[in-house]
Amino acid sequence: MENQKKRQAAYMKRSLLDQGYLDEQFIHLEELQDDANPNFVEEVVKLYYTDSARFIRNIELALENAPCDFTRLDNLMYQFKGSSSSIGARRVQRQCSQFQEYCNAKNIEGCKNIFQGVKHEYATLKTKLEAYFQMER
Amino acid sequence: MMENSKTIAGFSSPRTDIFPAGLRVLVVDDDPTWLKILEKMLKKCSYEVTTCGLAREALYLLRERKDGFDIVISDVNMPDMDGFKLLEHVGLEMDLPVIMMSVDGETSRVMKGVQHGACDYLLKPIRMKELRNIWQHVLRKKMQEARDVGNHELDQYDEMWMLNGVERLSGKKRKDFENKHDEKEMSDSRCVDSSSMKKARVVWTVDLHQKFVKAVNQIGFDKVGPKKILDLMGIPWLTRENVASHLQKYRLYLTRLQKEDEVKASFCGMKHPDVSCKETSSSLSLQNPVDVCTDVTKDKYSGDSGDKAIVQNGKSNIYESKVKGVVLMPVTEPRSVVGDNFDSQVAGSKIGLTESFGLVNTDVESANLPIPYCSTGEAPQPQYKQDFKPHFQSANGSSHQPLPVVSHQIPVDRTQATCFLNHIPSREERNRHPDAENKPSFFKSKCGVVGNFSPIESTVNLFQPVSQQQRNVHILEQMPSTTWSARSCNVVNGPQSSPGNLSLRSGSMVASVGEDVCGASIQGECFLANNGLRNIEQFDYNDPQPISGVPTCLYDTLRFDYEYPIDSLEGIVMDQGLFIV
Repeated sequence: MENQKKRQAAYMKRSLLDQGYLDEQFIHLEELQDDANPNFVEEVVKLYYTDSARFIRNIELALENAPCDFTRLDNLMYQFKGSSSSIGARRVQRQCSQFQEYCNAKNIEGCKNIFQGVKHEYATLKTKLEAYFQMER
Repeated sequence: MMENSKTIAGFSSPRTDIFPAGLRVLVVDDDPTWLKILEKMLKKCSYEVTTCGLAREALYLLRERKDGFDIVISDVNMPDMDGFKLLEHVGLEMDLPVIMMSVDGETSRVMKGVQHGACDYLLKPIRMKELRNIWQHVLRKKMQEARDVGNHELDQYDEMWMLNGVERLSGKKRKDFENKHDEKEMSDSRCVDSSSMKKARVVWTVDLHQKFVKAVNQIGFDKVGPKKILDLMGIPWLTRENVASHLQKYRLYLTRLQKEDEVKASFCGMKHPDVSCKETSSSLSLQNPVDVCTDVTKDKYSGDSGDKAIVQNGKSNIYESKVKGVVLMPVTEPRSVVGDNFDSQVAGSKIGLTESFGLVNTDVESANLPIPYCSTGEAPQPQYKQDFKPHFQSANGSSHQPLPVVSHQIPVDRTQATCFLNHIPSREERNRHPDAENKPSFFKSKCGVVGNFSPIESTVNLFQPVSQQQRNVHILEQMPSTTWSARSCNVVNGPQSSPGNLSLRSGSMVASVGEDVCGASIQGECFLANNGLRNIEQFDYNDPQPISGVPTCLYDTLRFDYEYPIDSLEGIVMDQGLFIV
């Protein structure tokens, strides 16, 4: 049973990496985990969720403003991207970068569309990670 | 060689034989996820980690724990302060190596980091191996400092540690070290040897800095170079490197002032300190004196009666005289603020607080500003720039107002930057030494207000901080060297109005400054205004204790070498204008 869970977990992780949901940063986090902090990765990811929720909310609000403050949007997204890089959320980061491009181009529609993509990637990652941690525990 | 530091001088430290383990790192990042990760990574390197999420908090910690850290790692993008600015502050005040981090690796940003003094620029995501190597920066810096001949503040502990580290790394022998530690008499220049890793720093005292500035002005700011300056200064123990690094900081400082100059919001009047907190606000401009300490009671000041603390009234002309760049003199009154007859002077004079070093001449209005301190004495005119005309006139000692010594805790509004005011000199002292030979006094208090300083003959120069070796501000009686670190500060503003009004007696000047705290160097006067001074509780006029414990971090206006405890009110009068960038 135990082994099976382990194998499942390993498989899930492999797949997350292969599909680009996560990158090596995630592996590095796992390497940091030790006896002193046995749930380190999960704790970090939880922090990430909290932060992300805040960013997403703020970006949403900022997008609703008219006229749109692109500088602020860009700044928020920059922070969100930085945060995402901390756990290796590769796909989310890519969406963030695209968003920033639309921001620079002052393309509000483009921003809004991409933002849907950002949220989607984030939600997917979150779900997969939760499943992974379930298996891992 | 298994020699252990313990055997050397009976001194033991857990770190000495395990360098670089035990390296004391301060990590600053507003992203909690990254902060947690970095903390873990650094711990894995066996470093001693302290984390904080705000730049101001970082500065506070750095100031509170003098010599408590070996290196700072900070993200470029901080919400409360630009990372580059923090970098500058740390470099100037504490002279610690700073590593910048960012998700963005754009060359221009990296260049900016390096130009501001970052010793490295890491891109996120950061890898373990990058962090493992950061001790090299610490070592390098120590080596550079060891080469700086000057005041040697040997920190036994550090020396042991570094020496140990150096020894381990380079095989240098300890004999030099041993010799020097014979009597645990560490403060001497025996260790000029760079391998000794002494933590010898040049303390850019007011006096020294003045000479520096004089030399710069003489040569001509544009044609200046470290060698020329060194030659002109004629200080035997000073090296070209010392001058070069000081010059670099000075330039950076001036550049920044100029830039900030552009940004001024109204800086006059009492504004809410928050306003002045903006990074963009010019630092020295007297801004928002407003919230400076509130309840500073004048009663505390036993000064000559009639002398009024001057609180920088927001509406005072100080603001008008805010000068761009270096401007020192107040528009109206060319007299030094601090000077005899403070009252009248004050009334008439304005503080020309400028972002750069400025003489602060505050209009004296009755103010309940706690005066952080007063310094009196002749203030030689610092010449910061060609266009700077210092108008300090040494008071001819007519009435030496005692410098209010203020040292206390000024509770500051947490949101505000606070400045440390440590204050000092006593009136008698000043009276006794009306001219020269005034020791710099400075005070350290946390308040957003700048104190005004005693009318005595000094003029207050507000400067942008920092000398490299900013240390604790102590009031020292005979402290020959003081280092200033003035940062933008909110000058104390109008009396009564807001908490944190400083009431300065006898010519204290309050300058409110924008973001940076200004250090005024008045002979013997210091003050700091930090934006957001609030609630300066009370300045105990004659209470020389150093201020501590202000919750928000602020800048020390003046720092004295650590080892000089403040014993008395006699403060150190700053001989000359200061400024330290």
